[in-house]
Amino acid sequence: MKVKEFAQSMGMKVLTGEDGGDKDITGIYACDLLSWVMSHACKGDGWITVHTHLNVAAVALLTEAACVIVPEGIAVEEATVKKAAEEGISILSSGLSSYEICYRAHRLIGENEA
Amino acid sequence: MDNRITLHYIIPGDDFSVAGEASSSVKKTLTHLGILPGIIKKAAIAMYEAEINVVIHAGGGEADISIDAEKVTIQLKDQGPGIPDLEMAMREGYSTASDSVREMGFGAGMGLPNMKRYADSLDIDTTVGKGTTVTIIVYIK
Repeated sequence: MKVKEFAQSMGMKVLTGEDGGDKDITGIYACDLLSWVMSHACKGDGWITVHTHLNVAAVALLTEAACVIVPEGIAVEEATVKKAAEEGISILSSGLSSYEICYRAHRLIGENEA
Repeated sequence: MDNRITLHYIIPGDDFSVAGEASSSVKKTLTHLGILPGIIKKAAIAMYEAEINVVIHAGGGEADISIDAEKVTIQLKDQGPGIPDLEMAMREGYSTASDSVREMGFGAGMGLPNMKRYADSLDIDTTVGKGTTVTIIVYIK
């Protein structure tokens, strides 16, 4: 499933515009310890994090995450959105909690991938 | 013919806005060179951790990367405080990072263990009060 389709189905707002939304999202990874994310997230994961600082873009780029998902309506810094957009990484904003995102995403993509 | 590629980066200290940019740039270069994704991942993670350490702990430093047909050699050099107890620093979960750094998601005590895990060869030359040089090698072949 493409990131932009995922965002639409999940009712998420794409903060970074359309660019990057053509990546395939194949899973979800939820964690806020950046070193842990670096070594455990997989290419194609939608990465759920409460962090909104600039380094999120670097971690998403290095792990080849499909997109960054910021839960619970947390405001994302403008500089981070700009940086991510430059790197072709979508940042999706959701009003849901990480748990709810994981649950719904699993129903949407997890069962298809399994 | 010498097919070696060398890259050089200045890593500013305590500036999280650019932390990880050198690693991202190296990753892009390796991708352009057509290196296998698994190899790139190893090099990128090991270098990112080393880069973040230079930003957090050392007040900045420099990175020199050399890529040839056989290996990627990544060297990060700083004139920071050095690592007093390297054995402790290598333990997963051990960290001397400040609370403010931890709140950003860094300082989980996984930097050096991650470097060891993803580098094929890791050499840490550190002197308290003088600085640290980390040399990471990832083999392409």
